[in-house]
Amino acid sequence: MQERLKELQTEALEKISQTSDLKELNDIRVSYLGKKGPITEVLKGMGKLSAEERPKMGALANEVRDAIAAGIEEKQKHLEEAAVHEKLAAEKIDVTLPGRPVKTGNHHPLTRIIEEIEDLFIGMGYTVAEGPEVEKDYYNFEALNLPKDHPARDMQDSFYITEETLLRTQTSPVQARTMEKHDGKGPVKIICPGKVFRRDNDDATHSHQFMQIEGLVVGENIRMTDLKGTLEVFAKKLFGEDREIRMRPSFFPFTEPSVEVDVSCFKCGGKGCNICKKTGWIEILGSGMVHPNVLEMSGFDSKKYSGFAFGMGVERIAMLKYGVEDIRHFYTNDVRFLNNFQVHE
Amino acid sequence: MYVSYKWLQEYVDLSGVSPEELAEKITKSGIEVEGVETLNEGISGVVVGYVQEREQHPNADKLNKCLVDIGAEEPVQIICGAANVDKGQKVAVATVGAVLPGNFKIKKAKLRGEESHGMICSLQELGFESKLVAKEFAEGIYNFPQDTEVGLDALEQLHRDDQVLELGLTPNRADCLSMLGVAYEVAAILGKEVKFPVSEVETSSEKAADYIQVTVDAKEDNPLYVAKVIKNVKIGPSPLWMQARLTAAGIRPHNNVVDITNYILLEYGQPLHAFDYDRLDSKEILVRRAKDGEEIITLDDAKRKLTTDHLVITNGENPIALAGVMGGANSEVQADTTNVLLESAYFIGGPVRKASRDHGLRSEASARYEKGVDPNRVRAAAERAAQLLAEYADGEVLEGSVEADSLSVEPAVVSVTLEKINRVLGTDLNMKDVEDIFSRLQFETATDNGTIIVTVPTRRGDITIEEDLIEEVGRLFGYNNLASTLPIGSATPGHLTPYQNKRRMVRHYLEGAGLYQAVTYSLTNESKAAQYALEKREPVRLAMPMSEDRSVLRLSIIPQLLEVLKYNTARQNDSLAVYETGAVFLANGSDELPEEREHLAGAVTGLWHSHLWQGEKKPVDFFVVKGILEGLFEKLGISSAVEFRQSEKEGMHPGRTAEIYLSGTSVGFIGQTHPTVEKEYDLKETYAFELSLKAILEADVPPLQYVAIPRFPSITRDIALVVDKEKAAGELESIIKEAGGALLKEVQVFDLYEGERMEPGKKSIAFSLKYFDPDRTLTDEEVVKAHDIVLNAVKEKAGAVLRG
Repeated sequence: MQERLKELQTEALEKISQTSDLKELNDIRVSYLGKKGPITEVLKGMGKLSAEERPKMGALANEVRDAIAAGIEEKQKHLEEAAVHEKLAAEKIDVTLPGRPVKTGNHHPLTRIIEEIEDLFIGMGYTVAEGPEVEKDYYNFEALNLPKDHPARDMQDSFYITEETLLRTQTSPVQARTMEKHDGKGPVKIICPGKVFRRDNDDATHSHQFMQIEGLVVGENIRMTDLKGTLEVFAKKLFGEDREIRMRPSFFPFTEPSVEVDVSCFKCGGKGCNICKKTGWIEILGSGMVHPNVLEMSGFDSKKYSGFAFGMGVERIAMLKYGVEDIRHFYTNDVRFLNNFQVHE
Repeated sequence: MYVSYKWLQEYVDLSGVSPEELAEKITKSGIEVEGVETLNEGISGVVVGYVQEREQHPNADKLNKCLVDIGAEEPVQIICGAANVDKGQKVAVATVGAVLPGNFKIKKAKLRGEESHGMICSLQELGFESKLVAKEFAEGIYNFPQDTEVGLDALEQLHRDDQVLELGLTPNRADCLSMLGVAYEVAAILGKEVKFPVSEVETSSEKAADYIQVTVDAKEDNPLYVAKVIKNVKIGPSPLWMQARLTAAGIRPHNNVVDITNYILLEYGQPLHAFDYDRLDSKEILVRRAKDGEEIITLDDAKRKLTTDHLVITNGENPIALAGVMGGANSEVQADTTNVLLESAYFIGGPVRKASRDHGLRSEASARYEKGVDPNRVRAAAERAAQLLAEYADGEVLEGSVEADSLSVEPAVVSVTLEKINRVLGTDLNMKDVEDIFSRLQFETATDNGTIIVTVPTRRGDITIEEDLIEEVGRLFGYNNLASTLPIGSATPGHLTPYQNKRRMVRHYLEGAGLYQAVTYSLTNESKAAQYALEKREPVRLAMPMSEDRSVLRLSIIPQLLEVLKYNTARQNDSLAVYETGAVFLANGSDELPEEREHLAGAVTGLWHSHLWQGEKKPVDFFVVKGILEGLFEKLGISSAVEFRQSEKEGMHPGRTAEIYLSGTSVGFIGQTHPTVEKEYDLKETYAFELSLKAILEADVPPLQYVAIPRFPSITRDIALVVDKEKAAGELESIIKEAGGALLKEVQVFDLYEGERMEPGKKSIAFSLKYFDPDRTLTDEEVVKAHDIVLNAVKEKAGAVLRG
């Protein structure tokens, strides 16, 4: 009997090891461990054994049973793992194939520059002021110290609609309008972006429509050194920490003193290259201390208040910063051009 | 203004300052030097030669064989193609080995069998601009005066060993439209003195007053008129140095008399005019406004029709010059002129500017009058010119001048305090620093207890208020010496307005959805301006457009976006989505500003989605674009107030267009562009929308509040309804929502069937309804009750039949 049990164990384990199929394995379980299985059959002959041998034989039978069960379990685990493996292997994909594209548009480069500048100045306590693109002659010129026969009006030939209204030639009228609203009380700290228009034939460097962004600060004791410090912060933010600025005296009817501002060349660092025309400096904006006539016309006491203003062409900044060679690109909206500005810096 | 470095040296000591260094210093102190040109750059080996013999080239009709003495041991043979070359001329010879502009090297050559040892040059070949070459030499080689020594450097003889600074003058610095003005500026920068030209001349015993009488009727336009008479002038070329200075300044030499007037214009900034005295036909000068319809033929032979806006010089009867702009042909100095009437006048800018504009005539004179000349130089300029006419035209200067003078010249006196200077500039200057700067500028100053009283010379008409003085101090102190500070004072919160903030969100949202931001022109043509306008209103038209295509302000953005799609489609990008935010313009009364409304528009064409290797390819359709807008309305918190209503609109597909309503008011539309429009723009199926941005950004939205996540399960019921084909899903949805009451929380269309298994004219549309109560679990009975009400409602209100 003992031998028969051992034999069964060997035989079962042999079958288990040979099978590679979960169903067959189950059949083995049923055939060896089931109620009608050979072990049960063997144990039926226990009655013939002595009382001494009976428990021994019972224990042995259990051992055999456990061994077979363990064998099956192990095999089952093994087979299941293999099945999973096989399934996964069959599911393999080529991960180098392109992904399903997510459509992404992006900011127009001019908006990108404008928002960058807006955010910088918002951080310094400015608000963003906007105004109409069709302006009254008064706000576009007269309130900015450019009376009707002023020779500087030649500098910016304009698109008039009637004698008194025109497409604004600069965003400065927003400054005049904002100051007027402040009712002679400071401080005023604004940044004004917007479209402006001049009578120019469109070519690589001229556009009858372009964007400007201007800044204005009016308060008690605003000094020219404040203008310089502010523009330094601006130049470093937009063109890099190492940039320096240079102020050159100039003339604008609405500021006195007036300066033009150059930034040290961000390509060559000031050594001289084709971008800065060998000078090491690139002109980026015009600025100055607000002319007392402008302050007075907008209701500010020029004895008490002073201010500075600055303004720049957004296209010019974008062209310099991104190396764009033709201003018309900004308005044809070629997607191959627009796509250049996907990257978030 | 072009400034000859050599010429400038006559007025200011420039020793130790190179032209380039000078340019840098001038730029830093306020006048931008836009360039420094070396006149003889890239030229060498050109000498003065004497043409000893000239004969026809034996083998070429148009060539000359010349024997030229170039100061070497033997004369050389040179073949010359110029028609005006001749025996006995002194000419400029580029010798063998010479280099001309453009790195053109002269070599020994054989021309049609004859040797040529060099080249006889025209001025153009020596780097002169054609328009600056005197007329007699414009078509051929140049001739030196006969007394020029052979063998000398030709460019030195032409005074081209010089450099020219190009000043970019701002309108306020008209004082630097003269060499003397530039001299004052440079002297101030360098801390040097200004040396003045001397004008002393012997006068004849005859008096000018016996020859001419001057009357000014228009005193306001012409407060000072000075006339001098110079007799017996000999017309001829002016000296080479003078011609060279004119050329360097961009003025073409003519003859000695005309050149001298131009020379003084450059030196003093005072325009002069020389009349042929004998052609005046009178002994009288009368300055008056022109009569309407009066005519004058100006020096450029153009007939000009005048009005009372224009100021003229007359001989008492007829115009002989358009004051301050250009002389008349009838009194022009010519080769046979012997007696000259010289005019030096102070004309007011306004009428000169008007005449210059009306006749499209800009001259060196008008440019100066428009910006204002120095009233104190009018007489000095006339005296200096008389001196030069005596010296270089053998003229006999008559005694005295004849004047009409109603001018009172008072120099401006402007005061400023030291405290104010330092307050505006942010500097810490002391009284001496400031006085020193004014003394360099040669401004007279007096001080009184911290106040500086400045007497401004009349040449600096731009200085009228204290800020102007502060600028003078600032620029000569040097802006680069200023410290850098930031404004101090009460803090101001920096922020975007809610509108600006939401607008930024709209842009980010649309870009995230796949649309590129476009920026297009506000000006368009008449036919496109109003196409797709949300409100039909007159467009705003420019008074004087540059072209028809940019003559009217847009009423809608869509046409501009369709242009963008067209442009890209033509460049192999036929699947594209773009949007723009920007103003459209609606005309108001004539001098009223138009109404500007900010719109949001978008246009999508071609494939919306394509992922080819997985077999996905989806052209854009109405629901793609509608979905984008629905998402946007969700973001703006207005989706429950928005309604899409079937509508028709010109230029849009009649069956695929919806008007968009916000709380019952139309705010825009969405739809497919009409196939004829698509054809016109060469586009594939295209969908577009335009909305009033203001309306959707400024809609009332309740403040954000958290709604608790439901803790009890919801119950979903699906229904399929058979309705007439024309019945809109939106309408059914509204009926269901209304009937479903408080328990019905969500309604969704999940199927639409219009196939052949339906009765003709019918469709089946299926909705999924979700019921729940946030406070408890619903019972079946409650749901059945609510659902029955819904079924009854769609049956009664929409004739819907439940599909079996």
